[in-house]
Amino acid sequence: MTKDLLTVEHIEKTFAGAEGPVQILNGVSFSLGHGETLALTGESGSGKSTLLHIIGGLETADAGSARIDGADIVSVDDAGRAALRRGTISVVFQQFNLIPSLDVAANISFQARLAGRSDPGWNATLSERLGLSDHLRKYPEQLSGGQQQRVAIGRTLAARPKLVLADEPTGNLDPETGDEVLTLMLELVTETGAGLLCVTHSERVARRLDRRLTLSRGQVA
Amino acid sequence: MIRAGLSALLSHWRRHPIQLLTLIIGLATATALWSGVQAINAEARASYAAASATLGDNARPYLTSGGPIPHATYIALRRAGHQVTPLTEGTLDTEAGPLRILGLDPFTQAPGETFLDGLEPGDTSFLAPPGQLLVAPQTVRALEGSALPPRMAVEGVAPDQAVADIAIAQGLLNRPGEIDRLIITGPASLTAPPISDIAPGLRLTDPSDEVDTARLTDSFHLNLTAFGLLSFAVGLFIVRGAIGLAFEQRRPVFRTLRALGLSRSVLIGLLSVELLILALLAGAIGVALGWLIAALLLPDVAATLRGLYGAEVGGSLTLKPVWWVSGLGIAVLGTGIAALASLWQTARMPLLAPARPRAWALASERAMLGQALAALACGAVALVAWALGGSLLAGFVMLGGMLLGAALALPLILHRVLGLLSHTSRGPRSEWFWGDARQQLPGLTLALMALLLALSANIGVGTMVSSFRLTFIGWLDQRLAAELYIRAETDTQAREIEAMISDRVDAILPIRSAPTTLGGQPGEVYGVADHATYRDHWPLIARSPGVWDTVAAGAAVLINEQLARRADLWPGDQVKIGDWDAPIGGVYSDYGNPQPQAMIGLNRFAQMFPEAPDLRFGVRMPPEGIAALRREILDRFVLPADQISDQRAIKDLSLGIFERTFTVTAALNVLTLGVAGLAILTSLLTISTMRQPQIAPVWALGMTRRQLAALDLARAALLALLTFGLALPVGLALSWVLLAVINVEAFGWRLPLHLFPRDWLALGALAVVAALIAALLPALRLSRIPPSELLKVFANER
Amino acid sequence: MRGKSPFRLARRGFLASLLPAMAQAQGFAGLGHSNASYAEPDPEARFRFPEDHGPHPAFRIEWWYVTANLTGPDGAPYGVQWTLFRSALDPNPAAFAASQAWLAHAALTTPTAHFASERRGRGGTGQAGVTADPFAAWLDDWSLAGPSFDDLRMRAASDVFAYDLRLRTGARPVPQGIEGYSVKSFEGTASHYYSQPFYEVEGALTLPDGPVSVTGKAWLDREWSSSPLSKDQEGWDWFSLHLGDGAKLMGFQLRDRTRDAFTAATWIGPDGTTTPLPPGAFTAEPLEIHRSNGREIPVRWRVTLPQKGVDVTVTALNPNCWMPLSFPYWEGPVTVAGTHDGVGYLEMTGYE
Repeated sequence: MTKDLLTVEHIEKTFAGAEGPVQILNGVSFSLGHGETLALTGESGSGKSTLLHIIGGLETADAGSARIDGADIVSVDDAGRAALRRGTISVVFQQFNLIPSLDVAANISFQARLAGRSDPGWNATLSERLGLSDHLRKYPEQLSGGQQQRVAIGRTLAARPKLVLADEPTGNLDPETGDEVLTLMLELVTETGAGLLCVTHSERVARRLDRRLTLSRGQVA
Repeated sequence: MIRAGLSALLSHWRRHPIQLLTLIIGLATATALWSGVQAINAEARASYAAASATLGDNARPYLTSGGPIPHATYIALRRAGHQVTPLTEGTLDTEAGPLRILGLDPFTQAPGETFLDGLEPGDTSFLAPPGQLLVAPQTVRALEGSALPPRMAVEGVAPDQAVADIAIAQGLLNRPGEIDRLIITGPASLTAPPISDIAPGLRLTDPSDEVDTARLTDSFHLNLTAFGLLSFAVGLFIVRGAIGLAFEQRRPVFRTLRALGLSRSVLIGLLSVELLILALLAGAIGVALGWLIAALLLPDVAATLRGLYGAEVGGSLTLKPVWWVSGLGIAVLGTGIAALASLWQTARMPLLAPARPRAWALASERAMLGQALAALACGAVALVAWALGGSLLAGFVMLGGMLLGAALALPLILHRVLGLLSHTSRGPRSEWFWGDARQQLPGLTLALMALLLALSANIGVGTMVSSFRLTFIGWLDQRLAAELYIRAETDTQAREIEAMISDRVDAILPIRSAPTTLGGQPGEVYGVADHATYRDHWPLIARSPGVWDTVAAGAAVLINEQLARRADLWPGDQVKIGDWDAPIGGVYSDYGNPQPQAMIGLNRFAQMFPEAPDLRFGVRMPPEGIAALRREILDRFVLPADQISDQRAIKDLSLGIFERTFTVTAALNVLTLGVAGLAILTSLLTISTMRQPQIAPVWALGMTRRQLAALDLARAALLALLTFGLALPVGLALSWVLLAVINVEAFGWRLPLHLFPRDWLALGALAVVAALIAALLPALRLSRIPPSELLKVFANER
Repeated sequence: MRGKSPFRLARRGFLASLLPAMAQAQGFAGLGHSNASYAEPDPEARFRFPEDHGPHPAFRIEWWYVTANLTGPDGAPYGVQWTLFRSALDPNPAAFAASQAWLAHAALTTPTAHFASERRGRGGTGQAGVTADPFAAWLDDWSLAGPSFDDLRMRAASDVFAYDLRLRTGARPVPQGIEGYSVKSFEGTASHYYSQPFYEVEGALTLPDGPVSVTGKAWLDREWSSSPLSKDQEGWDWFSLHLGDGAKLMGFQLRDRTRDAFTAATWIGPDGTTTPLPPGAFTAEPLEIHRSNGREIPVRWRVTLPQKGVDVTVTALNPNCWMPLSFPYWEGPVTVAGTHDGVGYLEMTGYE
C-alpha cells in the first residue's frame, strides 16, 4: 500500500442541509498509484466533487484519512492543508481558475513560485506546448474559455505537483476544444509522472483515463 | 403597474440590506455634519446678538460724563424724548471675592431685551427691597450664607457679576441717585431736542466704531462653515457609491420593467420617488444626529464666544423648524447630485442592449484617464481663479477647484504608484498583493476620495488655525507690551489718574487717536510716544531703516497691514493723511481690526489733531503692583471696569478663545475622519462579496484565509497611507489658500504659514488606524469564510 | 425651560404682569382677585374734583384714557389715542420707590395708516406721574396737562409720528354707572368710572408726510379699580360714540367663556345728563370680520339700544388698528350710521 501515491480510507462527510444533516460521503476508500490516471464519475450529488475537494485540502472530512505520499491531508490543520496545496497537490477547476489581477505568465508561474520551485525553462516549455506563448502578457479576462483552461493546466503543471486534481476541467468548453485541452493535459501529466484524479460525468473523458471509479450515494459503487 | 414597478425596485433593498444601510448612513452622516455645523453657527450668532444686546448693552451707544451722572439729567433726557436707560455699576467685596454689581432699570431697557421678561409674572421681589441679585449658578453657591440680597441663579450672567435693579444696586453701592452710563436704547422722539442742548456735559461713545473683535468670530464661523461643507461632500461620496452600485445591479430589473411596458419617464419617476423617500428618511436621521452633534459641541462654542464677548451666552440649543426643513432639503439636494449621473445613464439605457453585466467596480484605466483630465480642468479653474484673484468668491472657487481636482486625480495617481511599487515585488505573494491592490482600486475610489478630502481638510484647517493661533499670540505679546491699559472718561480724569500714578510706574505712554481719511478711505490715526516699548516690541512686517527715529520726528508714518494690502502701499510709498502726504516708514500687523489705521509721532499728532481727546494710555510697571493699582484707580475714579484692563487678562482671554476653537475644530476633525472611515468600511463590505473570484484561486493554490485577511488589512493601511501622502500637499495648499487668499480677502490680513509636522504624523497614523478599523470587519469575515463559499466560485452554481 | 437662557424667553412675562387689568383680560386669572390689601370700589363713594383727577394708589390699577376723532383741512378723518396706565406693584404706596409702574400708549390713525408706540416708566423718580391740581399726567415726553381739567394740552411722539393738541370744554365730567360705580360682571365686580366726552380739539399732527392741522372731538375716560373683571371674562368690546345730535353713548360688552356677554351702557344727553342702562339693554353684534396675521377682528358692528331708539352700524375707519405692544389689542376710530350718525372709538381686547 505504501507505494501508492494516494490512499483514501473511510472518508465520511456530512453537510447541514435545509431538512437536517445530509450525508454526502459514507466511508469512501480507494487508492491511486504514481503516474496513474483515474476518472471519478457518478451522478450529480453522488459526492464526487466533495471527495475531490477533501483530497485537495479545500474541504475537511468528518472521518477517515487521505494520505498523499504518506501525509494525511485530513488530519492536518488549515496551514498544513495550505502547505500541501502549495507543494504537493494542484487543482484544475471547471472555471475561474485564474487570478484576474495577474497576467498569463504570472498566473502560470504563481503556484510554482509559492512552492519555491519555479523553473523559467519549464514554464516556457509549458507555455509553448499549450500554445500560450503569444498571450503571456494578457490578462485572464482577455482570453477565451479554452485558453483560460490551458493557462490553468500550465499553472498546475508548472508547480510539478505529485498529484493533479481536476474537477470537470472541460465541462465549460465545447466538445472539440474540450478534447484538445484534455489531450494536452493527459500528455503533460504523463510526462511529469504525476498522478491524476479527474472528476467528470463525461464518458468521453472517462474513457481516456487508465481507471474509473464510480460513486453512488457517497459510496464506491 | 406603477405600484408593481415600485415594489420590484424596492425589493432590491430588501435583498441588499448592507447597501441600504450604506446609503442611509452616508446620507445621514453627511446631513448630520452639515446641519450640526449650521446649527452651531446659527445658535452662536443668535446667542451673542442677544448677549451683547442685553447684558452690558455693549453694542449700544452710551453717554458718560466722566463722573456720576445726576438722576435729574437722566429724567430730563427721558422727558425730552430720548430713549436712554441708566446703568450704575461698582464692586462689592464679598465672601467670594470682589463682585461686580450692575444696576439696570428694567422699565426703560429696550423692549424685548430686558431680562425681566424671564421672571415669573407678578413677582416683584426683584424691585422691592431687599431686592434680588441675578448671578451665575456657581456664584449662587459661592455666595451661600452671604448677607447680600437674595440671589437668583440665571444662566447668562458672568461668574463675578451680579445684575440688580438700579435702585437696589445704588443702595448696595451706597451711591444713591448716581448713574454711570446712559445707554441709548432706541431712536428719540421726532420732537426731541439734541442731547447736547439738554445735557451739554455728556459724551457719546459708539462701541461699533471701536476695534471690533467680532471680526475674529466671523473668521471662526467661516472655518466652521467650510468644514461643514467639506464634511457634507465627504458624505456624498458614500452616497454616490451606494447609489451607483444599486443602479448598476438593477440594470436587468430596469430592462425587464421597460420590456414589460413601463415607460422611460415612469421608470425615472419611480426611481426618483424611491430616492426621495430614502433621502427624507436619511435626512431626518441626519438632522437628529446633527442636533446631537451641535448639542455636544455647543458648550465649547458658547465658551469661545463668551471669551470673545466677556459675557456668558446660552449653552443650550433650541430646535427650530427651519432647521429641519433646511436639513432635509440639503439631504434631498445631496441625493439628487449623487444620483444625477445614474439617473441619466438609466434614462439613456437602450432597451435591448446585451445584458452583459459590466461590473461597475471594474472601471478601466480609460475611466481613470477621463477623471484625470477632469482633474486637470479643475486645476486649471483653480489657477485661473488665483490669477484673476481679487475677491472672496475667487478664493473659494480656487479652493473648490483644488480639492475637487485632487480628488479626481487620486485614482490615476494611486494606480500609477501601485504600478511602480509592484516592480519592487519579489515573491508571488507580493506580486499578487500589488496586482490585487490595483484591481481593487476602482471599487474603493469613492471612499478614498472621501478620505483624501477629509485628510486635506484636516491638514488645511488645522494648519490654518494653528498658524493663526501662533501668529496671533505672538502679535498680542508684541502689541500689548504695556502692563496696564487705561481709558479715562474725561481729560480732567485722565490727568488726575496720571498724576496719581506717575511716580509709581515706570512709564506712561499716551495713546491718542482721531478719525481721519487715510489714502482716501475713512480710518483712524494714532499718536504714539517715542519709547523703547514700541521700538522693541511693535510688530512690524515691513520697515525702512531708522523707522522709529523718523516716525518720532514726525517725518514718516506706520500703517497697518490692512491698509497696506488694500491700497498696495509699502515703505517708500506715500499715504495721504488729511492734507499731509506722509512717507510710509513701516507696516505693522493689526489683527481684529477691519479699518485702515496709521501711527504717527505724538508731537506731529498734537499739531494735526489738537482737538483729539487725550484719554487713553498704556502703563509700564512691575507686574506685582498691577492688581493693587487697578483696584485703587477703580475705587477712586468713576470708571467702568472694562476701561482699565490688565494686559495679562487680555492675553489669557485670547488664548482661551483659541483653545476653545481648537476643541471644536478637533472634534469636527475626528468626526469628518470618522465619516471617511465609514466610507471605507462600506466600500469594503460592498466589494467583499464581489472579490471572491479574486480570492478563491489564490486560496486554492495554497494560501490560508488568515494570510489573505492579513494582506487585506495591509492593503487598506497602504491605501490610506498613500492617500495621506497625497492629502498632505493638498492640505498644505488648502491652508495656504485660506491664510494667504481667503483671509486677505475676507479680513484684510495675511497670516504666515507655519508647519506642524508632528500633527501630520499623528494624522497619518490616525488615517491608517481608521482604515484598519474599517477593514477589520471585512477581513474578519474573510478569515472565517466557509471554504464552500469559495469553492462556489469554481462551480457552475454561481 | 430650565437651563435655558431667560433672556430668550417670550416677551410676555413679568412686564405684562405690571398691568393686572390687561393681564386679566388676557387670561392671567388669579392675579390678585380681591386681594384684601388693595382698596375695593365703594358704591357709596362720590367723586370729588379736582382731587379725583389725580392718582388713587391704594387701588391696584388706574388709567387716564383719551381718544379723539379729528378732521384735517381737507376733510380727511384722523384718530388719536393717548393713554396712561398706573399699576401698583405693592398695596402700600410708600413701600419702595418703584412700587408704582407706569405705561403709556400713543397711537395715530389715518384711513390708510396706523402708528402705535409705547413707553414704560417707574414711579417715584419723576419719569412718570399724575398731579390733580394743576392737572398733569406724564410719562417721558408724553403729557396731558393744563391749568385745569377743562383746558389741557395733549402731546406724544415717537420716531415716526407726533401730535400736539389742545382740549377744551365747559362741561362737567360725567359719572358712569350708578353715580360713578360701574359694575363689570354678573358677580358684581366694579370700578370707579367717570368720563369727559365733551372736549373740543384743535392742534397739529406730524405724519411721515408732514404736519397737518386738525380739529375735532375728544373723549376722556378715568377709571380705577383693583379687580374689575371676573375670572371667566376673556375680553371686551368698548364703544364710545359721539352722535350727530350732540348726545354721547358709552357701551361695552365683556365677553365670557361660560355664558352670555355682560353688557352695560350710559346714555349722555347733549346737556350732560346721564341715563345709566341696566345689563342687557345694550347689544353689539359683529357684522364683518377682518382677518390679519391670523387674528379675526370684528371691524363692523350692529349696535342697538332700544330704550333710546338706537340701531346703528359702527364701522372702523381703518381695519388695521392693531396695537402690537407689551399686551396687544385693537383700538381705532369708527364712524356711525343708521338711526343716528356720528364718530367714535372702538377698543377690543382678547382677540390675540
